[in-house]
Amino acid sequence: MLAMDYRGPKRVRAVQKPMPEIKHPQDAIVKVLRTCICGSDLHLYNGNVPDTRVGSTFGHEFVGEVVEVGAEVTKVKVGDRVIVPFNIACGECHFCRQGMFGNCHESNTEATAVGAIFGYSHTAGGFNGGQAEYCRVPYANVGPVIVPEGMDLDDAVLLTDVVPTGYQAAEMAGIQTGDTVVVFGAGPIGIMAARCAWLFGAGRVIIIDQEDYRLDFARNYSYCEAYNFKEMDDPVVFIKKITDWIGADVVIDAVGAEAAGNTMQTITGRKLLLQAGSATALHWAINSVKKGGVVSIVGVYGPTDNLVPIGNVLNKGLTIRANQASVKRLLPRLIQHVQSGVLNPKGLITHRLPLEEVADGYRMFSAKLDNCIKTVLLPPTASN
Amino acid sequence: METNVINTPIDPKQIPGWGIDADPKNDPTYPMRQRMNVGQDPDSKHRPQSLQPVDTEVLRSIERPNVSAVFGTPEPPSGLSGMIRRAAFHYSENRYRHWLPLVLADRVNVVEGIIEDLAHGKLPNIWAEKGYDVEWKHNRTSLILKLSAVAAVAAGAVVLLSSGDKEPKKPKHYRGAYPEE
Ligand SMILES: NC(=O)c1ccc[n+]([C@@H]2O[C@H](COP(=O)([O-])OP(=O)(O)OC[C@H]3O[C@@H](n4cnc5c(N)ncnc54)[C@H](O)[C@@H]3O)[C@@H](O)[C@H]2O)c1
Ligand SMILES: [Zn+2]
Ligand SMILES: [Zn+2]
Repeated sequence: MLAMDYRGPKRVRAVQKPMPEIKHPQDAIVKVLRTCICGSDLHLYNGNVPDTRVGSTFGHEFVGEVVEVGAEVTKVKVGDRVIVPFNIACGECHFCRQGMFGNCHESNTEATAVGAIFGYSHTAGGFNGGQAEYCRVPYANVGPVIVPEGMDLDDAVLLTDVVPTGYQAAEMAGIQTGDTVVVFGAGPIGIMAARCAWLFGAGRVIIIDQEDYRLDFARNYSYCEAYNFKEMDDPVVFIKKITDWIGADVVIDAVGAEAAGNTMQTITGRKLLLQAGSATALHWAINSVKKGGVVSIVGVYGPTDNLVPIGNVLNKGLTIRANQASVKRLLPRLIQHVQSGVLNPKGLITHRLPLEEVADGYRMFSAKLDNCIKTVLLPPTASN
Repeated sequence: METNVINTPIDPKQIPGWGIDADPKNDPTYPMRQRMNVGQDPDSKHRPQSLQPVDTEVLRSIERPNVSAVFGTPEPPSGLSGMIRRAAFHYSENRYRHWLPLVLADRVNVVEGIIEDLAHGKLPNIWAEKGYDVEWKHNRTSLILKLSAVAAVAAGAVVLLSSGDKEPKKPKHYRGAYPEE
């Protein structure tokens, strides 16, 4: 089967690989119909996630058709079209039973600080991902949700990560009616977080990025104010100024380890890997939220340390909330929002490429070429 | 000073004031998780019944007692990078000794990948793998600048190295032992 193949930092290709096999009685094999490239994949692509082995297949956002099931699989059957959450979760461990499907304890042997994620390095369990024609899906009784009748596969594929992550970013922010919400990052996740902030009753939503085309997109898609930090002397002072010198009620970090905007952070975090990525956006978030405010982190950082002003967290009495999205927990509600037309996930998709052109897809998304927001890859067997 | 070496578990209810200010609503993790403490969860050690047979080398974090019920099987550790990875897993996720060798192993693995390609008679098409076609199409000037910067650095390095080559090299430990010196 054709599959994406990681060769080293910023080097990927599509090659023929062996078909995945059932390894556990709760496994299913899914034929991939749509798969996306995500901002999280960029951390792998740039070589910043430890234990990313050459030869692995990325891809944690995919929908597809079940083609084979293990002996204990009862919830899905061959022929079902399924939304596959990006986290691999057993549904039975101490954490899964608390609804923390992003923090399962029975799917990742290599690290305890992170659950398992499809196609996301051995640090996240060593599973091959969905940027391929077929993918092994463990715990098929727990994760996959059948694509509802009439739902567009382009909407479905964004329910595997982008919609739940953006929504959980807003949910964790504990937004109260009328709150001013600042979102750092106008990638798919930040745009979705800004859109979802309104669902929780925000009074004002502001998004910050450095790419004008993304800011223009966000202004329309998320009904929010959008500002370019490259035009600001100091983003923290800017936010103080537009919030009556109080600071925002809540700030969402939807950037993570690839952040730009501060040379020292970029050099130590992204070039020298002395930090677990560049923490510029998180730094700004902590300093621009009001006293007693909430910082919600969905931007991903590596497993070591980051330079952030933790003293200000204490002195300002901040609450920090963060997690990998618990996709499975949120899906029922979010499917409703898509079906009722409140959310329009597929409106984020700007590019569609055949899986064969995966290298171009990564370059385009990573270098923000051709006004790219979200890219879908189509495996050859997925025609249409 | 003597330290108390016996830590006897205490019944918390015996402690004066235990729980008098408990407030179940004061839970910043809601709705991210339904609150449950390990101590209150009779099933906290519960695992899925079927365990994936361990028929490949799985590196295990020493912060857990066992191999998880399912795990990924591709790319088991191999070669020099595999040796480094195995060594890294002697240390917990709490240590740089775990993560820094893994980053090193990743870089070694890239070279192993190129050797493996060559061994299979395949010359990796790095231009295509890096997606430079699409960068050429949409961002030509910046790509040219980037590549010429790389070329300039490389040329500089070649000049430096080759200028160093002009004087005939003598093995260090023979210095002074040559008759002409
Ligand atoms: N927690 C989760 O479950 C989860 C799930 C998916 C993605 N993520 C993470 O969310 C983040 C965003 O994902 P994405 O797909 O939108 O990625 P993306 O790369 O498309 O978007 C990131 C955006 O941040 C902008 N940016 C860079 N530095 C900035 C700064 N200092 N301030 C403001 N904006 C800045 C970039 O220009 C870019 O537009 C990534 O870190 C990704 O790993 C987390
Ligand atoms: Zn993703
Ligand atoms: Zn679990």
